[in-house]
Amino acid sequence: MAAEPLLEVSNLVKHFPIKEGLLIEREVARVEAVDDVSFSVQPGETLGLVGESGCGKSTLCRTILQLLAPTSGSVRFEGREIAGLSHRRLRPLRREMQMIFQDPYASLNPRKRVGQIVGDPLKLQGIASGAELRAQVQELLERVGLSSEHYNRYPHEFSGGQRQRIGIARALALRPKLIVADEPVSALDVSIQAQIINLLDDLQDEFGLTYIFVAHDLGVVRHVSDRIAVMYLGKVVENAPADRLYSHPVHPYTAALLSAVPIPDPRENRARHQTVLEGDVPSPIDPPSACRFHTRCPRATEICSSEEPELKTHGPDGHLAACHHPLEEASRPEVAGSASA
Amino acid sequence: MSARPESGAPAGSATISDGNLLNVADLSVRFATEDGLLKAVDGVSFDVGSSEILAIVGESGSGKSVTAQTIMGLTRSPNAQIEGSIRFRDKELTGLRDAELQDVRGKEIAMVFQDPMTSLNPVYRVGRQIVEAIRSHSEVPAEEAREKAIEMLAAVGIPAPESRVDNFPHEFSGGMRQRAMIAMGLALEPSLLIADEPSTALDVTIQAQIIRLIQRLNQERGLAVILITHDLGVVAEIADRVLVMYAGKAVEQGTLDEIFYDPQHPYTWGLLGSLTRLDRPRPRRLPQIKGLPPSLLAPPTGCSFRPRCPHAFGRCTEPPSLEARLSEAPQHMDRCWKSPDEKRELRNVEGRIGLRSEA
Amino acid sequence: MGPFIARRLVRMVLVLFAVSILVFLIFNVLPGGGTDAAARRIAGKNATPQLIANVRKDFGFDESLPQQYLTMMKQIFSGSLVSYQSQLNVMDQIKQGIPATFSLCIGAAIIWMAFGVLFGYLSAVHAGRLTDRGLTILALAGISLPVFWLASILIVYLSQKIPIFPNGDFVPFQDDPWQWLVHLILPWTTLAVLFVGFYSRVLRSNMLDVMDEDYVRAARAKGLGEHQVRTRHVLRNALIPIVTLFGLDFAAVIGGGAIITELIFNLNGVGQYAAQSIGNQDLPPIMAVTLFGAFFVVLFNTLVDVAYAYLDPRIRLGTSAELA
Repeated sequence: MAAEPLLEVSNLVKHFPIKEGLLIEREVARVEAVDDVSFSVQPGETLGLVGESGCGKSTLCRTILQLLAPTSGSVRFEGREIAGLSHRRLRPLRREMQMIFQDPYASLNPRKRVGQIVGDPLKLQGIASGAELRAQVQELLERVGLSSEHYNRYPHEFSGGQRQRIGIARALALRPKLIVADEPVSALDVSIQAQIINLLDDLQDEFGLTYIFVAHDLGVVRHVSDRIAVMYLGKVVENAPADRLYSHPVHPYTAALLSAVPIPDPRENRARHQTVLEGDVPSPIDPPSACRFHTRCPRATEICSSEEPELKTHGPDGHLAACHHPLEEASRPEVAGSASA
Repeated sequence: MSARPESGAPAGSATISDGNLLNVADLSVRFATEDGLLKAVDGVSFDVGSSEILAIVGESGSGKSVTAQTIMGLTRSPNAQIEGSIRFRDKELTGLRDAELQDVRGKEIAMVFQDPMTSLNPVYRVGRQIVEAIRSHSEVPAEEAREKAIEMLAAVGIPAPESRVDNFPHEFSGGMRQRAMIAMGLALEPSLLIADEPSTALDVTIQAQIIRLIQRLNQERGLAVILITHDLGVVAEIADRVLVMYAGKAVEQGTLDEIFYDPQHPYTWGLLGSLTRLDRPRPRRLPQIKGLPPSLLAPPTGCSFRPRCPHAFGRCTEPPSLEARLSEAPQHMDRCWKSPDEKRELRNVEGRIGLRSEA
Repeated sequence: MGPFIARRLVRMVLVLFAVSILVFLIFNVLPGGGTDAAARRIAGKNATPQLIANVRKDFGFDESLPQQYLTMMKQIFSGSLVSYQSQLNVMDQIKQGIPATFSLCIGAAIIWMAFGVLFGYLSAVHAGRLTDRGLTILALAGISLPVFWLASILIVYLSQKIPIFPNGDFVPFQDDPWQWLVHLILPWTTLAVLFVGFYSRVLRSNMLDVMDEDYVRAARAKGLGEHQVRTRHVLRNALIPIVTLFGLDFAAVIGGGAIITELIFNLNGVGQYAAQSIGNQDLPPIMAVTLFGAFFVVLFNTLVDVAYAYLDPRIRLGTSAELA
């Protein structure tokens, strides 16, 4: 893939300082939410971002979109550096990048009508107004599976899945190139999740969208992603094409994540051996030294606590992992019963 | 009070429940609301044997949580109408006065809720909340109750329980809070634990830990469990029997293997079909169930799944009864008029079990 | 905890400094105020310009404003501040008023907290039913009745027409405890009624919110009796915001804010002194009473924060960390 990436993130860092002091507050510690993250996303591709609570994936999304100012590092959108740009310069760029949020109950203003919610971006950017605006909004509503008569309703009149559709319509309104979806289906029922995912799939083809899809459900991520990046405590520990990640995980954390997912098949479950990770995720305020996973890793040795592993190639198609003891072909634990390609 | 665990039989083997711990018969719960009468639970019956794990599966609005809470009497209120029978060890719970019900709660039947972040009072120390549970049922001295609390925290795998017993809830992580909730539930050694989506709000690795814990408690202490969840993966891990609920009704129930390998109801096919499986190649398009769950204020006439079912036919306007329709499996019941042969054929979608988008 | 207290002390000094500057400037800027008017008033009706000039010299009115400010501050801290109007020592006057103000405010506070919490609790527990509706009406009435009207009505009906209670005045506790009490009953009632109404509404609302919380349901599921659930879990948590309110309200009244009540009942407390000084445009007492009040506000603000941290262990004093 020699084409120019749509989004290129290099050494992105976002730390939150913790301040204390008598008269003047000084920094005493930092929450290292995102620590030296690099990856790129090709146009039309879907990058899945997987990790558990505290891994920094939500902070990463907001920092990429410049909703939070990066502490350091670079974010290039279509070749242009956007990290640290002023509000004014960012404004036209906001049309190109949009976000879908996790909680369909909290991300829609309950005092505004659906038509307003979806139409405001168009109005703010001066793209349409009046009857033209209304027509565009209604078309969007229909496109996401709602009806144009929902224009005048309020969010509380809709179910969770429908509200998420409204959020998608809002994100699409400006015809962005990149949509960052932060756990868009986690709060929905299983049968509705499938509907929303299929919708996002269709829209990607129709609108030529590029997605960054954040999720903690490994099954969902696998379905929608071309590539997947696994995060742990603010770092990317593995980055691979989707199918390869599931069939040949290299990083022990990835393997543990995969192993922890229950298989909805009683016989397979009985047959497989599951490695259950003990303990909790450490705090991002004072993360473990060197490899952040070493405190819970079944394969950790001396070097893991003294030297931080680099993100290196470990497989074809740009399969990257940061580990001193990557899982080799032969010793890969069974992640799911009888795995077949 | 600890019953002997099952004789090493692995989960999922067809055990017929001895039904001697909890019997729920024809339970109905209706709430009078501003918009009308909401039928949250409609004629649900099931049994739980000692040392058995029953999973109640369904999505939002299925009535699974209301059923669980009604067993404990937590849904009692002026606008709730509760009918039917709930017998726990041959004691009828529905007619009990509040004071008598309080004796049962915590001591014989314990409940663990979904969100560990909010299920513990943030202003009291964890140990104190466990001690409170213990001392509300028996006259043990405070010191002894505290020792028991520490013992329970250790039993659920919390490290350094002697010091953590004095922590506040916000000093625990999500997984640990859930463990603490379970410890609190087990402090009085009940014989039945009702776990309402115990792992849904947790990360996947922590979820695995909690499910493991529940399994261990079931095997080591003979603890019977009613597991409420929408996650069929979790069900497949530890359940013995499964009850599938939809729109307030039980639509299918049977053993674990029966439900997963020989499901009889289209909704069950839909649930199984929309699961993504990590050990199989991914389908081109994720199978989905079209439409939305029905309104509980005005449920559809006839079969409640009819509006979303691609296989609906004439007879579906008549509400199907919950019956065992397979002669070789008298405990496997479902609510669908189609014949077993038709079902076997219809549920096969591209080589796996699922719900077709059109008939 | 140490750094926290230190920080608050620093803040208190800054606040008092800012308040004093403001009061000083306002006095000197308002029409009818300023040193000219003060000099004229001190000199009296038939003052000659010479007399006025002498007065100005005596009181240091000819010095620059910053110099006057510094002089006044020095006098406050050495306790030698003297009123323009009456030549009396301001500090002494305030000290004389403290027993009355404290008796009034502390007594009223106890009453309003007790009844406010009781009514709020009953209202919440019986929400929607007759008790609740009745208490709600009482509460709204309490909030709506203006203090000056209520005080006057109480005096007219319970003191003049039907001589149950005395007409006003303050009797020090040392002199006659029983009379001290009897004289304070009407003032206490007047001051407390407003707050009872307000606090009962707030507590009711908080309790109803807390009753919906998961941990209340979990407490019931443990088998706790309903009464225990209500007191140990619902009430305990619902009271936390009330503590903040109380701290601020109490600080306001004890700092001389119960002016109307003190005036109408002629209690000769700090508030009444403040009212009179304002009427006379007499800067020294105004300055002193304002600083007195500000001191209490800052003090109680701090106490409230400390209490809050004790009551809600999730709150930590001082650090500004925001963790996901």
